[in-house]
Amino acid sequence: MSNEMNVPTMASLFAEGKQPEVLFWVGCAGSFDDRAKKITKAFVKILNKANVSFAVLGTEESCTGDPAKRAGNEFLFQMQAVTNIEVLNAYEVKKVVTACPHCFNTLKNEYPGLGGTYDVVHHTQFLKQLLEEGRITMEGGKFKGKRITFHDPCYLGRANDVYEAPRDLIRKLDAELVEMKSCKTRGLCCGAGGAQMFKESEPGNKDVNIERTEQALEIKPDIIAAGCPFCNTMMTDGVKNKEKEASIAVMDIAELIASADDL
Amino acid sequence: MEYIPQILFTIILIGGIGFFAQNVKKLSRNIKLGKDVKINDNKKQRWTNMAKIALGQTKMVVRPIAGFLHIIVYVGFVIINIEVLEIVIDGVFGTHRVGLSVLPVSLYGFLIGTFEILAVLVLASVIIFWIRRNIIKLKRFLSAEMTGWPKSDGNIILYFEVVLMCLFLIMNATDTSFQNLDSGNVVSQFIAPLFSGLSKGTLHFIEQSAWWLHIVGILTFLNYLYYSKHLHILLAFPNTYYGKLTPKGQFKNLEAVTNEVKLMMDPDADPFATPAVGVEESEPEKFGASDVTDLNWVQLLNSYTCTECGRCTSECPANQTGKKLSPRKIMMDTRDRLVEVGKNIDANKGTFEPDGKQLLGDYISTEELWACTSCNACVQACPVSIDPLSIIMDMRQYLVMEQSAAPSDLNNMMGNIENNGAPWPFNQQDRLNWTNES
Ligand code: SF4
Ligand code: SF4
Repeated sequence: MSNEMNVPTMASLFAEGKQPEVLFWVGCAGSFDDRAKKITKAFVKILNKANVSFAVLGTEESCTGDPAKRAGNEFLFQMQAVTNIEVLNAYEVKKVVTACPHCFNTLKNEYPGLGGTYDVVHHTQFLKQLLEEGRITMEGGKFKGKRITFHDPCYLGRANDVYEAPRDLIRKLDAELVEMKSCKTRGLCCGAGGAQMFKESEPGNKDVNIERTEQALEIKPDIIAAGCPFCNTMMTDGVKNKEKEASIAVMDIAELIASADDL
Repeated sequence: MEYIPQILFTIILIGGIGFFAQNVKKLSRNIKLGKDVKINDNKKQRWTNMAKIALGQTKMVVRPIAGFLHIIVYVGFVIINIEVLEIVIDGVFGTHRVGLSVLPVSLYGFLIGTFEILAVLVLASVIIFWIRRNIIKLKRFLSAEMTGWPKSDGNIILYFEVVLMCLFLIMNATDTSFQNLDSGNVVSQFIAPLFSGLSKGTLHFIEQSAWWLHIVGILTFLNYLYYSKHLHILLAFPNTYYGKLTPKGQFKNLEAVTNEVKLMMDPDADPFATPAVGVEESEPEKFGASDVTDLNWVQLLNSYTCTECGRCTSECPANQTGKKLSPRKIMMDTRDRLVEVGKNIDANKGTFEPDGKQLLGDYISTEELWACTSCNACVQACPVSIDPLSIIMDMRQYLVMEQSAAPSDLNNMMGNIENNGAPWPFNQQDRLNWTNES
C-alpha cells in the first residue's frame, strides 16, 4: 500500500519552486510510534485522494517542544520552537495541519510569541472543511448504525475549544454518536498529557486511562474514536486491559474516514 | 443621654469598617508581593467576563442544584443588604424605619416583603447547604485538605447566615408599629404570634436587641471575610476580570528564557566574549516558582479568591484516580503560605525575615506537582476563573530549570528531544521512514 502514498517534502517542492496549500506537521508520535503511524498514513491517503497539495518537513521536522514545556523545561521548549520556526519561516509556511492536538496547540498558541505565526488547524477541522468544500465525500456504509463515542483530547477540547469538528465527521458516517458521561468541556483526560506519557504515574488507586476506559465501556460503544495519537495509545491500552479489544476498536477520526472509503 | 445609642452605633460602625479597611490594605499588600504582570488588554471582554461569571454566576449552574441554591443565597444576601442602608441611617440619626418617611407605605412594604421572602429562601438554602456538607457528606467537601479550619470555616459561614436571617425576621416580627402597618410583613406576621404574650416593653427590647445584633453581626461578618474562604464574595469580581483570556492550552513563554535562547541562536553572538561590565554581578533571573513571591499577583489574587468548593478537584483526573494532587489544595496552600509570609512581614516591621520555609516542599510536594496531566479540567471547572494549573507549571519550571529535579523518565525524554528532536530515542533522519513501511 505504501507505494500508493504520495508524500512530498517541503524541500523537494521548494526546489521545484512550488508552495503547497498546506504543511502537514506529522509530529513525533505520527513519525515514530507504530500505532500513530497508521493514523498518519490514513490521513495522507485522504489528502491524496482529495488531491490536496501538501508537504511534510520530513527530516527537517523536530519535536515542537510540547512535552519539554509541560515538564517544566522552558529552555528546551524554546530551543525547539526557535529551531522549528526558522525552518517553517524559511519555507514561508502559511497553513499547517496536524493530527496531534499537542503539536496543534503548541504551534497555534505558543509559537506566535516566538516569531512563528501560522494558520494552524487540527486534522479533524481540516477534514471537515474538505467535506464542506466537497473535496471529499463520506459515506457511512461500514459504520452505519455503529455506536461510536468520541474521546475529547484535552489539548483539542478544553485547551482550544474544538468540540464539534470531530463529532460532525462521526455523524457524517451515519454512525450513532454516543457520549460518555463526561464529555466535551468536562471530558476526562486519558492520562497522557503534561508529559505523563513519558513517565510512571504517581501512586494512586487506578491509572487515569483505565478510569476513562471504564467510562467509555459504560455506554457500550463499538468504536472509541480519538483525535490524538497519545489518547489513542492510552485508550487502546485501557481496552486491552479490560480484555475488550475483540469487540471494541479504538480508531482515529482519520482512520474512520479512510476506512469508510476503503483507502 | 438620648444620643448615647447613636454615638455608640457610629463608633461600632466606624470601628467595624475601619478594621475591615485595615485588613483590605494587608490583603492588597500581600497580593502585590507577587511578580508584576501588566494586564490592560481587552477591557471590554474582561468586563463582560466579570458580568457573566461573577455577577451572572454562569459557571455555578454547571452543577444545577448547588448552582441554583447558591444563586438564591447570593441574590438574597445582596438584596437583603439594602436593608442595611436603612439600619445605618436609623442608627446614626436615631430615626426608626426611616424608609417609611421617604417612601410610600406600599413601596416600603413591597421592599420589606421581598426581603422577608428572600430571607426565608436563603434560610432554606443555607440549611440544605449545611446538610450537604454535614449529613450527606458530599465527597468534594471531605478531601484531605478539608479538615480543621477549612471545614469549620464552611460551617461557620452557614451559621452566620442563619443567625442574620433569623435576626432580621425577629426584628420585624417584634416591631409592633411595623406589624400594625400590615404592609410587607408577609413572613414576620406568622412569627409575631410567637411573641404575643409579651409586654410592650419586652417586645421593644427584643426588637431593639435583634436590630443591634443584626448590624453587629453584619459588621462581624464583614470582618470575618478576611480570615475566610468567604472572601470570594468580593474577590470574585476582580478575579474574573483578570482571568485568563487566551486559549486554555496556551502557556506563557518565559521572556527571560527567550532572551537567552536568542543569544544562543544568534550566529553573531560570541559565546566566549566576556560579559559586559556589571552583567556578571547582576543576579540571574530565577526560573519558575518555589515560593509565593515567585508567582505573579494574579496567581496570588487567585489564591485569596478560592472558595474551596472543590469543583476543580472533583474533575481532576489525577485526584479521581487516587493521586495526591488536588488543585484546590494547590490554591489553599498558596494562600496559606502567602498569609504566613504576610504575618512574617507584619511581625518584622515591614520586611520579610527568612523563615526557612517555602511553598515548595513545606506546602506542596513534588509528588503532587508531577501527577498533573495539564488537562485544564480544574481551570474549566472553577466558577471564579482560578487557574491552579499555572501554579503547578511554574513550580515544575523551578524543579526542572533551577534544580534539575525532574523524574528520571522525564530526564530521558528531554535528553532525547535535545539529542534527536523526539521524545523517544529515534533518529531525526528516520522521520520519513513511515512512508516506506507498509
Ligand atoms: S490540569 Fe492538573 S491539576 Fe488541573 S485537573 Fe488536570 S491534572 Fe488536575
Ligand atoms: S480553585 Fe476554583 S474550583 Fe477549585 S476550590 Fe477554588 S474556587 Fe473551587
